[in-house]
Amino acid sequence: MKRAFRAVPAVWSVLAALVVSVGLLALAGAPPFEALVLVLDGAVGDGGRMADTLMSWVPLTLASAGLVVTFVAGLWNIGVEGQVIAGAIGATWAARTIPGDGLVVIPAALAVGVVAGAVWALAAGVLKTRGGVNEIFGGLGLGFVAQSLATYLIIGPWKRAGIASTSGTEPFREEVWLPTVGGTRLSPVAVLLAVAVIFLVWALLRGTRFGLRLKAVGANPASARLLGVPTEATVLRAFALGGGLAGLAGAVLATGIQHKLVPAIAGGRGFLAILVVLLAAYRIVWVAPIALFFAILSVGSAQLQLRLDLDSSIGGVLQGILVLFVILIGGWQALYRRGEP
Amino acid sequence: MLELRGITKRFGSVVANDGIDLDVPPGSLHAVLGENGAGKSTLMKILSGFLPPDAGRIRLDGQEVPTGSPRAALQAGIGMLHQDPLVCLPFTALDNFVLGRRGRIDRAAARRELGELCARFDFDIDPDVRARALSVGERQQLEIVRLLSLGVKVLILDEPTSGISSEQRTKLFAALRTLAADGLIVLFVSHKLEEVEELCDRVTVIRSGKVVGERTLPCPADELVELMFGEVVVSSGRPVVEIGSPALRVAGLAAGGGRQRIADVSMEVRAGEVVGLAGLEGSGQRTLLRVLAGLEPVRAGTVEIAGRRLDGSSYEHFVAAGVHYLPAGRLEEGLVPGLTIAEHLTLAARLPEWVVDWDAARIRAEEAIEHFRIKGGPDTPADALSGGNQQRLLLAMMPKDLRVLLMEHPTRGLDIESADYVWSRLLARRESGTAIVFSSADLDELVGYADRVVVFFSGRVLADLAAAELTADRLGTLIGGKVAS
Amino acid sequence: MEATIASIVAAAAPLVFAAVGETITEKAGVVNLSLDGSIALSAMASFAVAFVTGSVVLGFAVGAILSALVAMLVAFSGIRLRLNQVAVGFVLTLFLAALAQFLGNPFVRQPGPSVRPMSVPLLSEVPFVGRILFAQNISVYASLVLIVVVAWVFRRTRVGLELAAVGERPEAAHARGISVSRYRLGAAAVGGALVGIAGAAFSLDVKLGWSDTQVAGFGWIALAIVIFGGWRPVWVALGCYLFGALQVLALKLQPVFPGVAQILPSLPFPLMIFALVVVNSDRLQRLGERFPFLGRLLMSDAPAALGTNFEV
Repeated sequence: MKRAFRAVPAVWSVLAALVVSVGLLALAGAPPFEALVLVLDGAVGDGGRMADTLMSWVPLTLASAGLVVTFVAGLWNIGVEGQVIAGAIGATWAARTIPGDGLVVIPAALAVGVVAGAVWALAAGVLKTRGGVNEIFGGLGLGFVAQSLATYLIIGPWKRAGIASTSGTEPFREEVWLPTVGGTRLSPVAVLLAVAVIFLVWALLRGTRFGLRLKAVGANPASARLLGVPTEATVLRAFALGGGLAGLAGAVLATGIQHKLVPAIAGGRGFLAILVVLLAAYRIVWVAPIALFFAILSVGSAQLQLRLDLDSSIGGVLQGILVLFVILIGGWQALYRRGEP
Repeated sequence: MLELRGITKRFGSVVANDGIDLDVPPGSLHAVLGENGAGKSTLMKILSGFLPPDAGRIRLDGQEVPTGSPRAALQAGIGMLHQDPLVCLPFTALDNFVLGRRGRIDRAAARRELGELCARFDFDIDPDVRARALSVGERQQLEIVRLLSLGVKVLILDEPTSGISSEQRTKLFAALRTLAADGLIVLFVSHKLEEVEELCDRVTVIRSGKVVGERTLPCPADELVELMFGEVVVSSGRPVVEIGSPALRVAGLAAGGGRQRIADVSMEVRAGEVVGLAGLEGSGQRTLLRVLAGLEPVRAGTVEIAGRRLDGSSYEHFVAAGVHYLPAGRLEEGLVPGLTIAEHLTLAARLPEWVVDWDAARIRAEEAIEHFRIKGGPDTPADALSGGNQQRLLLAMMPKDLRVLLMEHPTRGLDIESADYVWSRLLARRESGTAIVFSSADLDELVGYADRVVVFFSGRVLADLAAAELTADRLGTLIGGKVAS
Repeated sequence: MEATIASIVAAAAPLVFAAVGETITEKAGVVNLSLDGSIALSAMASFAVAFVTGSVVLGFAVGAILSALVAMLVAFSGIRLRLNQVAVGFVLTLFLAALAQFLGNPFVRQPGPSVRPMSVPLLSEVPFVGRILFAQNISVYASLVLIVVVAWVFRRTRVGLELAAVGERPEAAHARGISVSRYRLGAAAVGGALVGIAGAAFSLDVKLGWSDTQVAGFGWIALAIVIFGGWRPVWVALGCYLFGALQVLALKLQPVFPGVAQILPSLPFPLMIFALVVVNSDRLQRLGERFPFLGRLLMSDAPAALGTNFEV
């Protein structure tokens, strides 16, 4: 009953967002219905495009799953973008330094990515628990440090032979690229990873003692402590897990999509993942479909650029409108429920 | 002349103020007396405009005072000194003094005014020192002179004497007497009988949101205690339980800070014994319980549980030694909002397994629900339960073998049936040798269930008596701080 | 040398607007995480308006109004809707950045009007200082005046004191008859307007023209500088100039240390973290109490009620 009630404001918000989006498209001189069709076509119009959409979906889902863990623990892990970058850096290092064929290097690169992301998140966590630094600013700061580190590596030590350019490092040798199928860019490994992670997080939150402790710490740390939950350790573990999954997203981006390290490797996906989780009301079940919706918007809006000469950022605009309206209208609804005018 | 009519205020389902009427003539030192949670602070906050009332009117000298606006109240001449003086800590004393005035700030003139007012009452406040460096008493003094400089005609003081030195208290009382002599109305909100008797000429007693009586002082203390706490009925007999070896012992204990300080507390509780901690709110019972639970560090003295010294050890050590603590704030400190009954019991069971067996958890929850007669299902979130059922859940969460059970206000806010039930479960524990220590504001409860009652006053133990030697009157007098017969 | 300093002062002007504006907003207790997006939107909008109408002033005005409205939305969602300011601000920053890029498409890399240089007669002839402070344009002068005005308002006026109280301990302000919600909305409006002016200054003065990449990140840097500067206007402004100097330094060092141009500009963030750790450290606080000068340096705590919604 409570769940149905929570869906109600979402309906109004989606409608409102739709109306505004249509208006915006009209303002930009694009026929809205045609734009919508183009977006869908651009995302799932053919095999190659569906592959791209899925490959955009994977890192977004991974990072979002990690964020669900940290949100349940009551944490604002805004540093997720930096954790994705850290994971990409880690995976790039592994791909460049570890010898051997794909079977060895790829899992290693992914693992290193997870560790790098976890470490980056733990840094924010320790700053919070020991240094009293709010995780919002700690995470943001560390995020920018990660970005600078990536750019430095690309221009400096890992630069392409002879050219120091911001277009990226030397591409990885082909053996360490995530294998694809059917001539498209789709990597089944990546998709399987994302699906597995969703299940993992779901199982963790529902079926383990750790998941229960996370919920307790997020809802009331004082009571949790009295109940014997090691609050500081639980928070740090939440950071490590959230960061590890974000790092995995970065590793997938590096080995499966870009096949090298570029400055914009995260591409705002970490931040977008926060939007996904906000829209999903912090529930892991909703993460996969909402992430898919966002991926469709992101990939499909490239078509809008091609065909209607609209900037591809329209995807981001639509995503933003949706989440904004859901939050604001949700707040208004809550006011009515509390009995205030 | 201050008149309050029909002041009513609800917080959710709790009625904090229920149709309160109050008349106070000018030049009086009028006390508002009542236990914690009686509604005094809420009433005063409404009077000073800090909170809007649901209903009711305020009139000062025949003029209607708009409610819900601190500005209107100040303009009418009503000012309040809050229990925790509302000063901005990083600001200097001078800045705090000046904050809130209309028009341009003239710091030089304000400095002179501050100095004059302080001299008048023998306060000593350095205008350039930061408020966070001032003691609570000094912050109070600052707020008082600030309100006076604004020309208040009604000065409300909410529990002003907790946490200030006796020298500051003397100065404060002298100042208040002077002000009343000048024609101000001084409203003195307190739960400290002795001070009320010392300072004030009239007293209004509030209980459970209603005015239960008004008296002119001097007035017999036990009459006031009875008004504050309600009718006391001496209990009937209790089954005799064999009392064993000491379960806990504290000696020379000092802990806590500020208003919650305790000093030189020594006592011993044996297995199977029930000890009640009595006293006015904030006299130290809470601090003692938290020290015994391992949640509050010890500044001096020792704490022994079952013969082992545990002062300085962590909370987990206390838990391992068989101590269980039930705080008064059920949802604030005991339960987790959003978690279900089954989830709570699973956490409380402290099982070592990583994976939760939800089937077993469900069975566990159903058993507990039946055993403790909790009105709810395994999937009911704790915050959806009524107060009584929350307490039952907390009882269900207690570990099986306990050496020491500590409870703050075990039946606060509960209906009679739930309260009876809680006590029947607790007393059953004694038979397995658990020592029980509880604090309560309910004299009935103390005299009815405890073997011994330890009375606290101002952070020290005033008396430690067997319940059999107690009468309700005697207990009331002791609580009021009087040791005399 | 003076040319370099003069260019630093000029280049840092937009950042000064943004950081000082956010200082005002945060002093009242509202954290406006939408800064980065607001700057982008205002930069785009003011350029577009100036491009279309030819009026730089109108461009600045539009930019200011837009960002003021955004900041007020953040404040409003906390005050009235009881929402988390961080969540709303964060969503807005992503949304507005995308919106700016989307709507600004037709204006990308178009040449447009800009603020004209305006030397102060006589004073600009003064050796050294003259070139730095008096041979700039009106936008830069405004930024310098802003620092002084805001610092003066904070320290010497009633409004400044009440604003600080609202952000520090809203209950105390409320008890004194000060309207917490009005001050927070007002601070958001003023601070937001300044952020909008910052955006306009970027596209009409410093970077000239619009393209989505050129303002990216400055909002976050402004947020970091506010923290690093301890919510004090003069220190915040110094932080902005320091950042400008770092950028120049990075460019100069680039041939020698490749990659340093990318690292140095992100220095505000570790500095911000460092500042936060220091402020939260008990040991350092006690040290600050013993040595007053050091104390004033260290004890610049965040407004205690920052980011929280006030309920009676």
